Amino acid sequence: MSKPKLALYWASSCGGCEIAVLGLHEKILDVAEAFDIVFWPCVMDFKYEDVEAMEDGEIDVCLFNGAIRNDENAHLAHLLRRKSKVMVAFGSCAFGGSMPGLANFNDREQMFNYIYHDSPSTDNPDGIVPQQRTDMPEGELVLPNFWNTVKTLAQVVPVDYYLPGCPPEASSIETAVTAIVSGELPPPGSVIGPDITVCDECPREKHEKKISRFYRPQEIIPDPDTCLLEQGLFCAGIATRSGCGARCPQVGVGCRGCYGPNEGVYDHGAKIMTGIASVLDADTPEEVEAILDTLPDPAGYFYRFHMPDSLLRRTARTNGKKLLASEQVAASEL
Amino acid sequence: MSENEKRVGVYVCHCGHNIAGTVDVEHVAEWAYNLPNVIISRDNKFMCASTGQEQIEEDVKEFNLTHVVVASCSPHMHEKTFRNAVERSGLNPYLFEMANIREHASWVHPDDQDGATSKAKALVSAAVHRVLHHEELTPMQVEIRPEVLIVGGGVAGIQAALEVAEAGHHVYLVEREPSIGGHMAQLDKTFPTLDCSACILTPKMFDAGSHPNITLLTYAEVEQVDGYVGNFTVRVRKKAKMVHEDLCTGCGTCWEKCPKKVIDTVFESGLGYRKAIYRPFPQAVPKYPVIDVETCIYYDTGKCRACEKFCPTDAIDFEMQDEIVNLEVGNIIVATGYDLFDPRRIPQYGYGRHENVFTSMEFERLVNAAGPSDGRVVLRDGETTPQSVAIIHCVGSRDKNYNGHCSAICCMYSLKFAHLVKERTEAEVYNFYIDMRTIAKGYEEFYDRVLEEGAHFIRGKVSEITDATHASEEEGKLVVVAEDTLIGKQRRVPVDMVILAVAMEPRADAEEVAHRFGIGCGDTGFFTERHPKLDPVATVTEGVYIAGACQGPKDIPDAVAQGSAAAARVLSVISQREVALEPVRATIDEEHCSGCRICNTMCPYHAIDFIEADSVSRVNPALCKGCGTCVAACPSQVISGAHFTFDQLIAEIDGIMVDVNIDEPLVAAEMV
Ligand SMILES: Cc1cc2nc3c(=O)[nH]c(=O)nc-3n(C[C@H](O)[C@H](O)[C@H](O)COP(=O)(O)OP(=O)(O)OC[C@H]3O[C@@H](n4cnc5c(N)ncnc54)[C@H](O)[C@@H]3O)c2cc1C
Repeated sequence: MSKPKLALYWASSCGGCEIAVLGLHEKILDVAEAFDIVFWPCVMDFKYEDVEAMEDGEIDVCLFNGAIRNDENAHLAHLLRRKSKVMVAFGSCAFGGSMPGLANFNDREQMFNYIYHDSPSTDNPDGIVPQQRTDMPEGELVLPNFWNTVKTLAQVVPVDYYLPGCPPEASSIETAVTAIVSGELPPPGSVIGPDITVCDECPREKHEKKISRFYRPQEIIPDPDTCLLEQGLFCAGIATRSGCGARCPQVGVGCRGCYGPNEGVYDHGAKIMTGIASVLDADTPEEVEAILDTLPDPAGYFYRFHMPDSLLRRTARTNGKKLLASEQVAASEL
Repeated sequence: MSENEKRVGVYVCHCGHNIAGTVDVEHVAEWAYNLPNVIISRDNKFMCASTGQEQIEEDVKEFNLTHVVVASCSPHMHEKTFRNAVERSGLNPYLFEMANIREHASWVHPDDQDGATSKAKALVSAAVHRVLHHEELTPMQVEIRPEVLIVGGGVAGIQAALEVAEAGHHVYLVEREPSIGGHMAQLDKTFPTLDCSACILTPKMFDAGSHPNITLLTYAEVEQVDGYVGNFTVRVRKKAKMVHEDLCTGCGTCWEKCPKKVIDTVFESGLGYRKAIYRPFPQAVPKYPVIDVETCIYYDTGKCRACEKFCPTDAIDFEMQDEIVNLEVGNIIVATGYDLFDPRRIPQYGYGRHENVFTSMEFERLVNAAGPSDGRVVLRDGETTPQSVAIIHCVGSRDKNYNGHCSAICCMYSLKFAHLVKERTEAEVYNFYIDMRTIAKGYEEFYDRVLEEGAHFIRGKVSEITDATHASEEEGKLVVVAEDTLIGKQRRVPVDMVILAVAMEPRADAEEVAHRFGIGCGDTGFFTERHPKLDPVATVTEGVYIAGACQGPKDIPDAVAQGSAAAARVLSVISQREVALEPVRATIDEEHCSGCRICNTMCPYHAIDFIEADSVSRVNPALCKGCGTCVAACPSQVISGAHFTFDQLIAEIDGIMVDVNIDEPLVAAEMV
């Protein structure tokens, strides 16, 4: 019998997910043993035409990492979806939008202005901004259209399984791969991972909480045995699915929330926010304000991994601007 | 039940013109017929009337309805009514949802019929979408302990205590001061009948003190309340009285011999003296004295002990300690009364600066035959009878700077004062008022009587009371400056004595007390009743009732009526032996609770315990009121609030987002 076919793809993400797969170390050989890898542009030389040439449903499993923020990401998502029997949103970007998804606090115009003009480290005296189409002597160059709103994989194509993590822990990948190989898969739509929180796995002692200010990690040396949040260190472990073994809090670093919301939670950021807001040691709006002033960029902290799939998905577009033409194209793609 | 087996009935109420005058109710009912799973949709003149309720019952049977939506008024008003109707029809009463299209639509958009109609449609849609997710819920039964705690021994608390005791149940009456009686014990005559306050109150106080079913805990305060209706445990601190009540006979030798005179700021309002060991007034109940350790010479210098030396029964004990008493009671009545406004807060009225400006309570003590001047109306020198007296109404009431509310009693006691001054002196009396409010039985008649007696009434707010004179007839007098709004002129009225009709305010510690008993304080700071018209002595916490002036300014008849009403409510609960607790409450999925303890400090009803052994938090179902605070706070969403589940709320939001302008409503695009 021929081996099941595996595809891996990297859309809008940092590449950490690819490294995580390689981080399986010698187990990667088992993967290579078990699967016939038919597409993995990061590691081997494949072309999009190779995928287009395949039969629909020919790929057994596609591990798709990265958010969807431009036409190329979306094109590949649709293509691979068509060609794959099982589509896995691999890692936090594909799952919830993650870091790229924080762009949804702005729109494209604002971002381009900052990156190509205003950022303190930008040196662009000629004000050059990338154009979608550029005429060169060799012919016209075309860049994929950049969207106003970052989306998750599931907001673009149907997804069968989610594997959270930034990046997913080797053990999580192993669990997923083993499940796929053995065929013992949870019901479609499931998140592969335990349904308890990081907080549940964290050995630190928890007490009744009252936070009177937040500290940045460099500001204090936390007590080794007590809950970090109680000590004023931001920790999303209270609202975040485990699967990592509470690795960060165990070494004194607050959970960033990369495994995403707990089972049944629709809005990760809102849950972190209400949890933390509940224990602020404040009686007046002014006191709340003063405490939150010690937490730089609270929205960024709360929604670090799940802005695009939050209930609001993005902030309102500036000046009530209508959908841009390009945005309409993107919308019509859905 | 699968989705398509659900059959919803929708009823849109006209509420006479209240709703139908603004909202096109027929259209709303017609439109609602197209909402998912709706089998029947009707409009009706008055859904709360028996015909409306019977309509629901008939339809449930005829059309096999599984869920019911009524679009009418606020659930505060009639949720119970319709739940009962639904229950009578054989369905679980929680398979019902109410859309409030009166307070939320017709009443707030009287000038926008189309808008109000669209809003009503959206609200109905929200209710239909929500009700499809409702689950059957069953109330929890708990036993009721028959013992009752009454806090505050003013006339309201005494009345309640006697009613409950007479019905055969035990009462613990906790009073902060050494004697029960409250403000009424300080009064001389009571309007409008001018009965002597002591004569009508003392017998009640005596009965309360001697009733076999009443345990008096005076000089005591409630420190902590735990539990829930039927089963409260209450911790009471009895302050050390330094006098053994079982030995004391109340003979009075001790306070006669006590060398330390203290200004009595409580009972005598600062006009008279008491001793360091004292009984607040002769008719006090209980009749035993207490030692005020703040002023007693022995506690200051280690010497004296005169009271001990002369006590014929060895009842004095300087080493006595506070005592903690734990009580188990089924119901609680809070009747802690009111405080009086401190007129020093209005410096232009000169109280504390001009010695002949009095507060109303000072004047009560002055005219009281048992008071410091034996009932003579005299100036602060204790001798001079005033030739003219001004009574200033609304001092600290009906004034945005102090209290917006009307204190309800001041007009009447001011009339009483005018009468008493006239009765006991030759003085001219000037009442400065904003509006006269004499609204209860016999009150207007009393006003007429005082008018006939020749008291003057000047309509206008006093701007100043000054001793800076402008004319010779003002010399040596206090000048009351006010605009007489009836003649449109500034007036300066020189008088010898001014009485400030100070406002009734919530007790200074009302908020703290409210928190302790799990009740609320409204904008004005008085305790909040469950419903201002239909449930005036109940509170949001089941088993905790309020009575008397702690609920809002009121006179003695109303305070007594509330005392009786609260007692009747309690007796009715006791006679049920068991109560059904609302099943709308939170539960924690312990298997998934991480024990993060975020919820622990959130619960306003102290219903959440942390179970150390299992490292999880747990909700005590009998204490939980279903407020949802912990549900929202739980960061891993393992606390769910029955009847307010996430699915129900999201469905409700989905429902409200439908496009109400198309005939066949569609749910707003589902999330991708
Ligand atoms: C100057 C004046 C004249 C008045 N004249 C009349 C009149 O002629 N006719 C009339 O009908 N009304 C009159 N009133 C109104 C009358 O005083 C009130 O209606 C009545 O006293 C209200 O009774 P109550 O029991 O609600 O409160 P209160 O009399 O205030 O009694 C409350 C009791 O609770 C106790 N208490 C408070 N807090 C606690 C606590 N935390 N723990 C334990 N105990 C506590 C207090 O010590 C007090 O004994 C007059 C009021 C004033 C100010």
